Amino acid sequence: MRYPFPVGKADFIQGDEAIARAAILAGCRFYAGYPITPASEIFEAMALYMPLVDGVSIQMEDEIASIAAIIGASWAGAKAMTATSGPGFSLMQENIGYAVMTETPIVVVDVQRGGPSTGQPTLAAQGDIMQSIWGTHGDHTLIVLSPSTVQEAFDFTIRAFNLAEKYRTPVVLLTDAEVAHMRERVYIPNPDDIELVYRKLPQNEEEAKLPFGDPHGDGIPPMPIFGKGYRTYVTGLTHDERGRPKTVDAEVHERLIKRIIGKIENNKHDIISYEKFELDDADVAIVSTGIVSRSAIRAVKILREKGIKAGLLKLNTIWPFDFDMMEELAEQVKKIFVPEMNMGQLYHLVKEGANGKAEVELISKIGGEVHTPMEIVERVVG
Amino acid sequence: MYLKSAYEIREKYLRKDMLPTIFCPGCGIGSVLQFTLRAIDDLGLNQDEIVWVSGIGCSSRVPGFVNFDGLHTTHGRALAFATGIKLTNPDLKIIAFMGDGDAAAIGGNHLIHAIRRNLDVTVILINNFTYGMTGGQVAPTALKGLKGTTAPYGQFENPFDIAQLAVSAGANYVARWTVFNYLQGINSIKKALQKEGFTLVEFLSPCPISFGRRNRMKTAPELIRWYQKITVPLAKAKKMSPEELEGKIVIGEFADRDRPGLVREYREYIKRAKKMMGWEE
Ligand SMILES: Cc1ncc(C[n+]2csc(CCOP(=O)(O)OP(=O)(O)O)c2C)c(N)n1
Ligand code: SF4
Repeated sequence: MRYPFPVGKADFIQGDEAIARAAILAGCRFYAGYPITPASEIFEAMALYMPLVDGVSIQMEDEIASIAAIIGASWAGAKAMTATSGPGFSLMQENIGYAVMTETPIVVVDVQRGGPSTGQPTLAAQGDIMQSIWGTHGDHTLIVLSPSTVQEAFDFTIRAFNLAEKYRTPVVLLTDAEVAHMRERVYIPNPDDIELVYRKLPQNEEEAKLPFGDPHGDGIPPMPIFGKGYRTYVTGLTHDERGRPKTVDAEVHERLIKRIIGKIENNKHDIISYEKFELDDADVAIVSTGIVSRSAIRAVKILREKGIKAGLLKLNTIWPFDFDMMEELAEQVKKIFVPEMNMGQLYHLVKEGANGKAEVELISKIGGEVHTPMEIVERVVG
Repeated sequence: MYLKSAYEIREKYLRKDMLPTIFCPGCGIGSVLQFTLRAIDDLGLNQDEIVWVSGIGCSSRVPGFVNFDGLHTTHGRALAFATGIKLTNPDLKIIAFMGDGDAAAIGGNHLIHAIRRNLDVTVILINNFTYGMTGGQVAPTALKGLKGTTAPYGQFENPFDIAQLAVSAGANYVARWTVFNYLQGINSIKKALQKEGFTLVEFLSPCPISFGRRNRMKTAPELIRWYQKITVPLAKAKKMSPEELEGKIVIGEFADRDRPGLVREYREYIKRAKKMMGWEE
């Protein structure tokens, strides 16, 4: 296979470009999108690369159509992705729910920008944390990953595809304008060295007849893709194991939703990823995600120099959320600080996790700039 | 044309465990479904290579009743989903079964863009002038003066002529019939299914329950008589003045052309890309 960019070596590229290259190496062969700052460069890179690898890149009429198209592509057997920013992500919420309900593996990139509404198109923000987890209606769950560097943007994109395929679920790659537009050195591995996951396909007629069942007891049904003669009916209505609508049966609804949520929750330790810096002996913890983590790492170093035992918990996965781990952390430290580029979204999750065992304080910053390390240090020192 | 018995069609193509359908007595959707299945059968198309897509509405429930791969999507979005299916696996033939509200109101944007792209899909459109599933609100196709629960004094907006819209936007094949023009209807669907690009067959279809009841036509026969009164065949319409055509709906075949479909265009695009990059001669 020939690739339209160098592989097996480092390159100096933007976050958006890294996401596009990673998607192609992850096996993505269908991209549909609608231009929006600061996510457009992902689309532009996909437009350049996709035809060369015999994939599809298509500009749809809006974001609703974009996510609809990738869900269709996924049922036809492709690994598929779309990318957008805040306002476009809001438009996608209806079909994110559809993808959850129909257990369709897709990757949705949301490069956050300042909002609400059209807000600050060119400036960074972390205002979509709640939207990425809870944006669609009804009881549901999905997976949200958050990179803080261009290398992570690359690595997490591959992971997003792998998790989507493994758990038959939509995965959101939640990033921000700062990571998307920043240029950094990124190692792009040889395709042979990348571990890829592909969705389970039905092994026999029996499995194919239960596209929403649980034949393996792991909550993840094999996915009978279209055109293989299985005659699968896929609906966003509440459906039984065979995919037949059962809209007034409480038991069927409960079984379906609990399985969909269970397949993520029961595997949350496989999905959740975080990094700890200097946390072992810390009595002050900083919890952050995305671009802010980079200021937070520096802040920890400065605080340590000042003799304050600070440490950082950097969340690579925002959802599912490890509430137990957060409570353990809260038992260990006296205080937790949550710097984030919004008026407090991650803060609510951390606070719930801490469960009153430690004081949790929000360090909020809005308007488009990342916290400086000193802004975090000053709040911790008090 | 030799018409197979309805039982044979039913045995071969319907999911027995899904019956009975949700359709009310006198509803026209079942007839159009039958036309479509007969067209598939007559053409001898492979059941495993056809995917039915739909949005939300009474009409959109059809993919659930037929034994094919089917994607019952969100309201209005069927054609956007279809774009992904078709471009991923061009060997699949796609039938989109849509309601007038589904296709032309919430899905209006997807409709015109799917036509503009000449997406390879056959749209079977059920035009009953109303939102059947949600109980009789006016649809964007409702003629002026028709009543609906959201226009209890008679529709005051102008209606969409979906067939004409499809012609102007560039569809390869467009026809409109009522459900009692069954031979023309089946033939049109057959033509549509054999063509590349975007094809649309619209059916004026009785909805006695949500629509007829509110417009003094409680039964299907009453609605069919009314359709007979308000429809004008294309040849005749050409000789009529705009005043005479006021409040009438023209039926017939409106477009039959062979512009390249989206799949073919994209394949050419891939070739062009590789050439421009020097990857291929
Ligand atoms: C986003 C969204 N808005 C509204 C609805 C409610 N709804 C369900 S069916 C329907 C209209 C159906 O009318 P039409 O498309 O004409 O099909 P029919 O039922 O007449 O066949 C509406 C508005 C919905 N399901 N989703
Ligand atoms: S409400 Fe109208 S369109 Fe819906 S099933 Fe009944 S008759 Fe048919």
